[in-house]
Amino acid sequence: MEETKSRKRERVEMPKQAPFIRKRNFQEVALGYTKEMAVDEASRCLACKKPLCVEGCPVEIDIPGFIKCIATNDFSAAIRKLKEKNCLPAVCGRVCPQEEQCEIKCIVGKKGSPVAIGRLERFAAEWEASQTIMELPEIKTKTGKNVLVVGSGPAGITVAGDLILAGHEVTMLEALHEPGGVLSYGIPEFRLPGKIVSREIEYLQKLGVKLICNYVVGKTKSLSDLLNEYDAAFIGTGAGLPWFMEIPGENLNGVYSANEYLTRVNLMRGYQYPKTYTPVIRHRRVAVVGGGNVAMDCARTALRLGAEEVYIVYRRSRNELPARLEEFENAEEEGVIFHFLTLPVKLIGDEEGWLKEIECLKMELGEPDQSGRRKPVPLAGSEFRMRMDACIVAIGNSPNPIIPTTTPNLEVSKKGTIIVDENTGKTSIDRVWAGGDIVTGAATVILAMGAGRKAARSMHAYLTNGIVSTGG
Amino acid sequence: MIVPNLHLLVVHAPEVANTIRPGQFVILHAGEGAERIPLTAADWDREEGTLTVIFMEVGTSTGKLAMLKAGDQIPTVVGPLGVPMEMRNFGTVVCIGGCFGMGSILPVVRELKENGNKVITILEGRSKNLLYWEEKLSKYSDKVIRLTRDGSTGYKGHVKKGNEILKEMNIIPDRIIAMGCTTLSYLATRDYAHYNVPIIITLNTIMIDGTGMCGVCRCTIDGHMKFACVDGPTSFRMWRILTWKKQNQGNVRG
Ligand SMILES: Cc1cc2nc3c(=O)[nH]c(=O)nc-3n(C[C@H](O)[C@H](O)[C@H](O)COP(=O)(O)OP(=O)(O)OC[C@H]3O[C@@H](n4cnc5c(N)ncnc54)[C@H](O)[C@@H]3O)c2cc1C
Ligand SMILES: Cc1cc2nc3c(=O)[nH]c(=O)nc-3n(C[C@H](O)[C@H](O)[C@H](O)COP(=O)(O)OP(=O)(O)OC[C@H]3O[C@@H](n4cnc5c(N)ncnc54)[C@H](O)[C@@H]3O)c2cc1C
Ligand code: SF4
Ligand code: FES
Repeated sequence: MEETKSRKRERVEMPKQAPFIRKRNFQEVALGYTKEMAVDEASRCLACKKPLCVEGCPVEIDIPGFIKCIATNDFSAAIRKLKEKNCLPAVCGRVCPQEEQCEIKCIVGKKGSPVAIGRLERFAAEWEASQTIMELPEIKTKTGKNVLVVGSGPAGITVAGDLILAGHEVTMLEALHEPGGVLSYGIPEFRLPGKIVSREIEYLQKLGVKLICNYVVGKTKSLSDLLNEYDAAFIGTGAGLPWFMEIPGENLNGVYSANEYLTRVNLMRGYQYPKTYTPVIRHRRVAVVGGGNVAMDCARTALRLGAEEVYIVYRRSRNELPARLEEFENAEEEGVIFHFLTLPVKLIGDEEGWLKEIECLKMELGEPDQSGRRKPVPLAGSEFRMRMDACIVAIGNSPNPIIPTTTPNLEVSKKGTIIVDENTGKTSIDRVWAGGDIVTGAATVILAMGAGRKAARSMHAYLTNGIVSTGG
Repeated sequence: MIVPNLHLLVVHAPEVANTIRPGQFVILHAGEGAERIPLTAADWDREEGTLTVIFMEVGTSTGKLAMLKAGDQIPTVVGPLGVPMEMRNFGTVVCIGGCFGMGSILPVVRELKENGNKVITILEGRSKNLLYWEEKLSKYSDKVIRLTRDGSTGYKGHVKKGNEILKEMNIIPDRIIAMGCTTLSYLATRDYAHYNVPIIITLNTIMIDGTGMCGVCRCTIDGHMKFACVDGPTSFRMWRILTWKKQNQGNVRG
């Protein structure tokens, strides 16, 4: 029977650069499906009546719908379906944690490997980009309302896209000299090429979004002042404030925050040095502290810059690793060495103030903590030292405080996140909405997009009939 | 160029000029591939929408800026960044400017005067030909003192010499503000510590974004980690700083 046959068939592998080659270049690791591969993989989908995968998707993409279009070779319909719910399929197809969202729920996955939803999403987006004419959706009649979007990360991009299509004028302000948020300055080129992000931004500009870079809201002008010029505003300023470990030696040379390291390499194009003027020292032995996607990105970047040995030092065990499985596997394949259950306690420098060694403690897993994960407890007397030239701290970020501290009456939590109504993204201030990492703390691209979409809906309702609905 | 190796740049940035305050800085970026360079505002004209910076040509990216011709476009001017310097009537304030700081101290001196302070301005430089803006500064200072290391004009000596001069003039400062290179800041905090008054300096750390995102400008103050770009750069009293990331200036120079 056709159905059983397709159920048993394993998923179509996506071609990748071989580890020994890719670990020395900044080109994208995954190469994407060909048409044939995509159609083949799409045919594994059972087009479930009650698709569980859709429940797992934070923005409820019609997954079986777009996959069916691919299976029938109608790629342009596939991308239209995707874009109904997700304005950044090329990004999400690459960086979403599908293995814990949609793919984990896929029925085919119960007996074998789930349908490769992410790879198909990516394929559809790439197909669209390869077409010479890009379909521009229709813009509703202009409403004459002006909307301000602060921050050009995925949350801001979504709001800008939705509201311009609804007929409002949109201005997007960005603090850095390039738009895209973490997509530009954080996630490295080999995972998400810069040209994909710029393509999305250009698309917004084609639709008529006005983008102004080098504008720090709260510094160049306060949000309160800007509100005199706009009918409504959205804050999507992300979680950009890096945490440090607060251990001795953190001010030594050779110690970086993940943000600094990645920004130097990505945004400032340090990976093209000496063609560019942002020198990034080629450290030989690099330790990255942390276990998330950010840590994997730093470790793999260090390898690509020519490091001989790169370590990931993580205080819990492999099972608790918060990074995406795919990224962990990629890192391991490329030769990153993992020290699990290890906690740095001290950084030791030489006479000139350069990092020389890091001192660590061995840990063991104890009782579960608030997060439900087993808490690491230090093993007494287990101190040991490792020689290192560089240490990159990738243990997390807090919300950027500039807007909260310069906007009176904006309600924020103890953690510094902006407090909003869960259903609408409305903040405590009149005419101001917020969403993304600035509300949730560091999270994911798709959640930031989802939050942007929700806020855009509520903003649109407000702009058209003056009503701010709460509670649904 | 105003004096050897120091360049004056006037940029048109109305929004920045409109809100900038003494002690704040901007970041200039001479374009793709160059670094983002933090520079303190030395003057501004809100009506014209212009901003003046004075910078020293020390490396690649400042070199690129130095090569600009009148009318050229700079793609990036971000600001104003940092916390403005605290301003009120403190009494007698001694302001020391060296190198680019002779320029960037002007707004400070001006506003101190507007707040009714007695302002003593010290210009510090290696030699006579490196001093500038004395006339502008005199307008808002009760006294301007020249200090050169080779004695070619004014008093001969370095920051320490200021002690003698102040004593001679019977001046007891209520606050000391030093702007310029790291050495000057360091010497000011060391040589004037005995007055036991706040000594305000600017932290010229390496910076990238200037918005608190990268952490490269971090320093430890009273045991707490601070970011010079958002917590500073002029709101610290150097003599209480335990360690700071001065070394970072070497960090990027692979
Ligand atoms: C290295 C790294 C790897 C990651 N990998 C993944 C992954 O694989 N999958 C995944 O789903 N998620 C990943 N994430 C998380 C994801 O990127 C974020 O959750 C997402 O980008 C948040 O979007 P945002 O729009 O809320 O904010 P951001 O993307 O942070 O954008 C905020 C923007 O606002 C600007 N801004 C801040 N303050 C101001 C101001 N005052 N005025 C004007 N502009 C301002 C900032 O410069 C920035 O451009 C990763 C994050 C990092 C750092
Ligand atoms: C808040 C702030 C305000 C500043 N204001 C001014 C200003 O008004 N005018 C001005 O001229 N400079 C100012 N600086 C310093 C200026 O930003 C740097 O000199 C500049 O970034 C160097 O860039 P570059 O690429 O040309 O030099 P690079 O090529 O990066 O460096 C060349 C050489 O200069 C040395 N160097 C770099 N930075 C410094 C520094 N900060 N102090 C001493 N030596 C250094 C390096 O060790 C290296 O040897 C300020 C810095 C900060 C953080
Ligand atoms: S759960 Fe799997 S098989 Fe079912 S519709 Fe979704 S992707 Fe297709
Ligand atoms: S310059 Fe990046 S945090 Fe201060």
